[in-house]
Amino acid sequence: MAQLLALYKTAESAAQSTEALEGAGITNEEFDILTDSPYPEGAFGEKEPQHKLYVFPFMGACIGFTLAMIETIGTQTAYPLVTGGKPIFSMPAMTIIAYELTMLGAIIATVIGIFFESRIPNPFAGIYDERITEGYIGITVVCDDSKLDSLETLLKSNGAEDIIIEKQS
Amino acid sequence: MQERVFLSHKQINDDLLKGSFQTPLWYWAVMGLFAFLTLCGAVAFGYAINKGLGVTGLNRPIMWGFFLTDFIFWIGISHAGVMLSAILRLAKAEWRRPATRAAELLTVLSLMVAALHPIFHLGRPWRFYWPFPYDFSRGIWPDVRSPLVWDPHAIFTYLIGSTLFVIIALIPDIAVLRDKTRGIAKVFYGALAMGWRGTPRQWKLQIVAGFLLSALLLPVFVSVHSIVSWDFAVNIGAEGWHVTIFAPYFVIGAVHSGVSGVVTMLILLKWMFGWDDYIRKEHLESLAKLLIVIGTLWFYFFFLEFIFALYNLEDQEIALRELQAFTWPYNLIATVFMFFGYLIPVPLWLFKKVRTNWVAMFITSIMVNIGMWCERFLIIVPGLARKTNFNFSWGSYTPSWVEITIIVACFSLIFLLIMGFAKVFPLIPLFDIKEGQILSDEIQIGKRTVPALRVEE
Repeated sequence: MAQLLALYKTAESAAQSTEALEGAGITNEEFDILTDSPYPEGAFGEKEPQHKLYVFPFMGACIGFTLAMIETIGTQTAYPLVTGGKPIFSMPAMTIIAYELTMLGAIIATVIGIFFESRIPNPFAGIYDERITEGYIGITVVCDDSKLDSLETLLKSNGAEDIIIEKQS
Repeated sequence: MQERVFLSHKQINDDLLKGSFQTPLWYWAVMGLFAFLTLCGAVAFGYAINKGLGVTGLNRPIMWGFFLTDFIFWIGISHAGVMLSAILRLAKAEWRRPATRAAELLTVLSLMVAALHPIFHLGRPWRFYWPFPYDFSRGIWPDVRSPLVWDPHAIFTYLIGSTLFVIIALIPDIAVLRDKTRGIAKVFYGALAMGWRGTPRQWKLQIVAGFLLSALLLPVFVSVHSIVSWDFAVNIGAEGWHVTIFAPYFVIGAVHSGVSGVVTMLILLKWMFGWDDYIRKEHLESLAKLLIVIGTLWFYFFFLEFIFALYNLEDQEIALRELQAFTWPYNLIATVFMFFGYLIPVPLWLFKKVRTNWVAMFITSIMVNIGMWCERFLIIVPGLARKTNFNFSWGSYTPSWVEITIIVACFSLIFLLIMGFAKVFPLIPLFDIKEGQILSDEIQIGKRTVPALRVEE
């Protein structure tokens, strides 16, 4: 197996190349696009990435709320201090702490979700070139060694400025 | 009309990473000055720990003074981040792009510094963790009915949330730094970039994360200053504190001072790093227009708070307002507060010449924060400086050198941290600016060529 990275100067030539790749039988799962800034979804003909990020804040909120209940009920039970003749379990005060910890749980879980769904940290992320930072658009393809030459020709004919190949042992 | 400058991605990298790669001599001189002032504050705090709170000007009945005034002030400044970043992001306001990170950073740093103030204020600062149910062996538990327990919960939630918000938005820019550096710096940024490559999946998650975290932080942002206001409002002992309108009044006041703080910071960044193509007059003007609305809304709440206090014709309330408005030195502070906080800057911002003038906006934005600091002082100190039932001591408040040194050190610490951050990370989000460039174009209408924008979905 090998990884191939083609670098393009314009979004138009990159989009043209992905179309050519699909025409050559390379599926959407076999190639990826690398850019230094967000482009409108589908600009390169890639499939819309699916994710379940929205589940994470709900899970985090539930954990946060549970912790808030443990904290507020636990402390009031452990130290039952009657203030102004009011009940030991003070719902308004509990609501405030529950609100904060619920939100905290949701935020932390969202961030965990972002890392998980973005597939980072990943020290072995794959082929990359520093020119992408300068505005080049990269198309990476994972393929058999036998297809390398034909893919290189195909990508170059569609405007690739440079092609980098990494063979995997 | 927006003046859009078209720049290559390489140019954007070079311009916005200037702070990380070039260190002019003045940078070290300014850093040295701020570090020295911060050190002075640390020494003053050490002295206060050693000698006790008697070295401050705090005494019965005024037990809340400069530390708590400054605490409320910095919590207020921290509201800039979410106001600008989250609301404008959700509203897809194009002009937010250069301002978001500076605003978010100001939020995080001012919250950190604000959180130090209650610790300065504690007689025994080593017991700072007592509002949390920790150290079971003590057998004493925090009273969750106290606003002083709600407060740390709200502040730490906001601090953790805002910090994570900044970190998530920084990852793509750290990847740029990884690609532009060599040696140890490359290893450092490489570790922080965590293998970011900029795939469509990662960008989609980055955009969704921006919206999702904004939506989650917005309610926290409202709750934080509401809860801080309840430190006063649920207290029935002091006139001028027990006010139902305090929560929205504090929130909008915080936004007023926070957004002004962002204006000050953006102008300073433009001057320091020469970011003329990124921080432009259109941004300044939009922020000034926003401030007119926020400032006027805040003034409306102030007016209501003052009028409601007088309307019930209670002797104690009227006496407090007399103290705030007509008694030396509070009358001077009240005058500064009114003129600096609203009466000078907001009418000036009605003029386009002022809104698009860097020096005028710099001065007026600083004036707002001087005024807002005075406002917090006027809420806290005169409310306590009155003889009330069960209060047998009588006195006024004069801050000592210890308090003044610590407060000056806190301002220095903020500048020190911002400048330190600017040395390591970009203060304007590169990917956001690049996205703005990708989405913008020019269209021909009749004989004019005008900037056009495709709004991100």
